[in-house]
Amino acid sequence: MRNLKYLCVGIVFGLALTKGEAISWFRIQEMFHFQSFHMFGIFMTAVPVGAISLFLIKKLNLRTIDGENIATPKKTFHHGVIIGGLIFGFGWSLTGACPGPLYAQIGGGYLVTIITLISAVLGTWVYARIQPMLPE
Amino acid sequence: MEFLYKPWPWYVAGPIIGLSVPTLLLLGNKKLGVSATLRQICAACYPANIPFLHYDWKKDSWNLFFVAGILIGGFIGGTLFANPEPVALSKNTIDLLHQQGLTDLSGLLPSELFSWNTLFSLKGFLLMVVGGFMVGFGTRYARGCTSGHGILGLSALQWPSLLATASFFIGGILFSQFVLPYILAL
Repeated sequence: MRNLKYLCVGIVFGLALTKGEAISWFRIQEMFHFQSFHMFGIFMTAVPVGAISLFLIKKLNLRTIDGENIATPKKTFHHGVIIGGLIFGFGWSLTGACPGPLYAQIGGGYLVTIITLISAVLGTWVYARIQPMLPE
Repeated sequence: MEFLYKPWPWYVAGPIIGLSVPTLLLLGNKKLGVSATLRQICAACYPANIPFLHYDWKKDSWNLFFVAGILIGGFIGGTLFANPEPVALSKNTIDLLHQQGLTDLSGLLPSELFSWNTLFSLKGFLLMVVGGFMVGFGTRYARGCTSGHGILGLSALQWPSLLATASFFIGGILFSQFVLPYILAL
């Protein structure tokens, strides 16, 4: 039951992705051809809002609702960040979906994109299988 | 109810997406990220004997609730309150897509490309099956996607996330401009 709050956050997140048309294949092509500001505008407002919030959490020493400390998220570098990033970029162009929209496209009534999601799960599985052979 | 049918401008959608970062942290120290759920599904369904898939996925099951929510959000915004108008694309994009052979630009995805019928053509296979595979493979190799790196990582001023996000875009720009036209012409 304590996970239900994340379901609610997900609903709002998915609604914003969908109504913002970030799940639209058309919008993704438009973005990759630099033909509209729309998608860039989403990023350029989402990131500062996230950054200011993180700054405030740190500055005001805010804790979680259960009183836990909040640590700043850290990301480490390895070669996959670039190689995997490029491969994902190709897939994003083809499907018009990054992982969030994979789920939202199905809910949005494009049921055939269940295949895109299943294939993405398969891609993750194959990555896991051959991971020891890849440069990290 | 009008605002649920209409598409939201970027300055409404963007900040709401950004607010998911502090909301998840404040609710339970959770870090925004979607592509990890693909690994979760692998670990839950078929971990085989792969070390990368042997971990306590139930401990992170919050994110499966989160993506179930995304699906419901997509249902509310895309099915229940679907925008009856086509996406208000720029004229250049409309011209380009017409040139590439698409006639029907209604909805959020082109029905001429994404349907059960096209799935069994080479074009549809490349778009959905190969494309989906690349999304799953690439994001896990990069350890994150547009949300984990692009929104959360950049918000936290993490330089690996900047490299990752740049790679996502460079990959997408190159592919859309130089490869996709040949696939759409199939």
